[in-house]
Amino acid sequence: MNAPLPGPLNDNPDLDRWVEFPSAGKVTVLTGRVELGQGVLTAMAQIAADELDVAMERITVRSGDTAKAPNEGYTAGSQSIQFGGVAIRQACADVRALFLDQAAKILGCQVGELSMNDGSVHRNGKSTGQDYWTLSGAVNLGVKATGGGARKRVVDFKSIGKSCARLDLPDKIFGGSAFIHDMQIDGMVHARVVRQPNRGATIGSIDERAIRRAAKGPIEFIRNGNFFAILGADETAVEAAGVAATSHVSWQNIEAPAPIQQEATWLLQRPVVERVFGAPDAGNPQGRQRYEATYTRGYLAHASISPSCGLALYKDEILTVWTHCQGVYPLRAALAKALKLTPTSIVVHHVQGSGCYGHNGADDAAADAAIIAMQKPGQPIRVRWRREEEFIYEPKTPAMVVKVRALLDDSGRPVDWTQEIWSPTHNQRPGAGGNLLGALALPDPPPEPPPNDVPEANGGGATRNAEPLYDISAKRILHHLVTETPVRTSALRGLGAMPNVFALECCVDELAESAGRDPVQYRLSMTADARARAVIEKVATMAKWNPAAPRGTGTGRGVAFARYKNRAAYSAVVVELSVDEEIRLHHVWCATDAGLVINPDGVLNQLEGGIIQSASWVLKEQVRFDNGIASFDWETYPVLKFSEVPEIDIELINTRDEVPLGVGEVTAGPTAAAIGNAVSHALGARIRDLPLTRERIMAALLKE
Amino acid sequence: MSKKFDFSVNGKAVSVSLDNEETPLLNVLRNELGLMGTRFGCGLEQCGCCMVLVDGAAEKSCTKPVSIVAGKKIVTVEGLGSAAQPHPLQQAFIDEQAGQCGYCLAGILISAKALLDKNPRPSRTEIAQALDGNICRCGSHNRIMRAVEKAAAVMRSGTTR
Repeated sequence: MNAPLPGPLNDNPDLDRWVEFPSAGKVTVLTGRVELGQGVLTAMAQIAADELDVAMERITVRSGDTAKAPNEGYTAGSQSIQFGGVAIRQACADVRALFLDQAAKILGCQVGELSMNDGSVHRNGKSTGQDYWTLSGAVNLGVKATGGGARKRVVDFKSIGKSCARLDLPDKIFGGSAFIHDMQIDGMVHARVVRQPNRGATIGSIDERAIRRAAKGPIEFIRNGNFFAILGADETAVEAAGVAATSHVSWQNIEAPAPIQQEATWLLQRPVVERVFGAPDAGNPQGRQRYEATYTRGYLAHASISPSCGLALYKDEILTVWTHCQGVYPLRAALAKALKLTPTSIVVHHVQGSGCYGHNGADDAAADAAIIAMQKPGQPIRVRWRREEEFIYEPKTPAMVVKVRALLDDSGRPVDWTQEIWSPTHNQRPGAGGNLLGALALPDPPPEPPPNDVPEANGGGATRNAEPLYDISAKRILHHLVTETPVRTSALRGLGAMPNVFALECCVDELAESAGRDPVQYRLSMTADARARAVIEKVATMAKWNPAAPRGTGTGRGVAFARYKNRAAYSAVVVELSVDEEIRLHHVWCATDAGLVINPDGVLNQLEGGIIQSASWVLKEQVRFDNGIASFDWETYPVLKFSEVPEIDIELINTRDEVPLGVGEVTAGPTAAAIGNAVSHALGARIRDLPLTRERIMAALLKE
Repeated sequence: MSKKFDFSVNGKAVSVSLDNEETPLLNVLRNELGLMGTRFGCGLEQCGCCMVLVDGAAEKSCTKPVSIVAGKKIVTVEGLGSAAQPHPLQQAFIDEQAGQCGYCLAGILISAKALLDKNPRPSRTEIAQALDGNICRCGSHNRIMRAVEKAAAVMRSGTTR
């Protein structure tokens, strides 16, 4: 009896959806996970190389393709390696076993005498003349995976666990056509959409002459309801027309977000769906000291370096779409619904875009291209959003208010913990019922999706990491899912984990301080989890943590810890910084346990990126509202610059016998909280609202 | 009525005929000459994805009208080197695995080239300042700065690797 198949393999059991031997010496590995700049294709190739026993150079990874690749939903939640990688591992092990069985039949020997060596079958160490490619005619991969193929033992790994250069980087460094933006299709025309400002807004008037004048070249208009687009062969003309159209198309029924709606505290008085998890209410017990503090974080943008892009062609009753979104199958389903087509008449191909940290404009740009393509059969359409369009119309990660209440024992340790959250949804992806922007402008727009958030079984949205991992006898989460929001909200790297870990790990520091305890020792006293203890102890050693460092000197250090989703990678972070009017990051140390690491350098790269992006969120980022979205370019939404990044040291605790755990999101929360704690240490005053702006620093100092 | 513009790109003389003389250099490189290495990031001269060398100086090409560069020498990322013959900067970026999504890298390589041409021994602070006109959203900054330092050392020693 074999163990149950890994989830994605169970969902896509046909082995020919995972592995192909297209020509002599070549292997194609298919995955539903897509490259978002995180290096997943390289890691998948490493896994396949070991389990198939072939050299990396033979492998091409094909990903995110409804025509062929497995359906693995979204590439999100740091799950690609933990689930998708494990599925490829088993699929390749099953394929290898099938080929060895066939070889044994042909050679008239026992399978046990055979081994695979770079794709060639060896018998008792000697070549047999058989290999994957000579045997592939006789082995039918159109069969279901059984999980019967023996996976490699850790000691037999050759590629897994060794740093491997990213397969996709050379094109990006030598100027190849690496991105969807670089795709050229014969006869392709460029398009820009004049965006509907909000659901229900209707076009009042269009000054077509003024737009044509601005274009300075031939353009064409198409309109369907309130969906209005500009097309042309010359991108310069189309872009100029797109810019001009923002002031030559008038809209009615505009709802523009107001400054008062910008801060997280605006959420406190809105309609909500109440959700409660965990231990029953502790009431108001006598004799227990009580601690309460409230933390907030504003709306954030994904701010991918490039605006979104999508291509589409409707020809011979097949709609083909090229996109850099995170889930080609969910997009296909959403397009089918919006365009009233059958899913089987739509093919969606993933092509790489710029760094993607969640649900940005990618799905919507693809839908724009598809809507236009349906009106222009036979004509390939390329839509590239403008920079301002991406900032204004991409989904925002929601603002959040997190109130922590702790009841303490006589030693000042928490025995009862409540994390109370006000947050809009973190998931309006098309696959979760969210609408494609362009579809809202078409006649007969789809209804608002019912309020929901990512299920707790999938790690939760606003509730992600709301439960401390520490040994506390009673823990509960009160989630006020806010149903009225000024902007569309959806997933950004870590979802609620960053604000929740910021709140709870800052609160833990505050409790340590009032108990007169060193924050490192205090944390260690609250957890028996050996892997948690190991990363906290490790980072303290790396940073030469000094429990006696004085507070309020202008220079500070802070520590924080989390296990992402309380079930993925463990990470502890120490930050050293100084504060005068602004915060200057000096050094970040990080210790991470991600279980079995496939590509150590890839993991370090992801952890570093997570640290820097989180530092940017905490120090600089908030989407501003002022009669509309007032953060619409890199000057109104600045991010961390080269001259502002800290030195970073990371060590991996490589627990090779544990399952691999995703790392893209684990450092966001601990970095945010460690910065918060270091600022408090430096100032001798606590700031509980993000971002940590100059105004907030001055206010905190005045309050002291 | 189309106008003709002559300049050089990566050492080759080019001539393009355009109806609109305000066509940005970036669009000419990408859409007329098929050089896709230089990326569009913002169209606002804010992010640096579109950096090219104009007569040796790193400049943003996304809003620069092509008429301004008539007669000038343009170098794009494709002109630095190739996989077969990488520029020391490109080799160092590969060696350091300096990038995540890689969308910003073409512009960063150009900014770094302009820096090293002027200053063969830049400090970390000088490298950071030279790259502050380029945005990296993935957080590869430290690897990128290490790669530039490494390339500078290689270029000073005169070896190709």
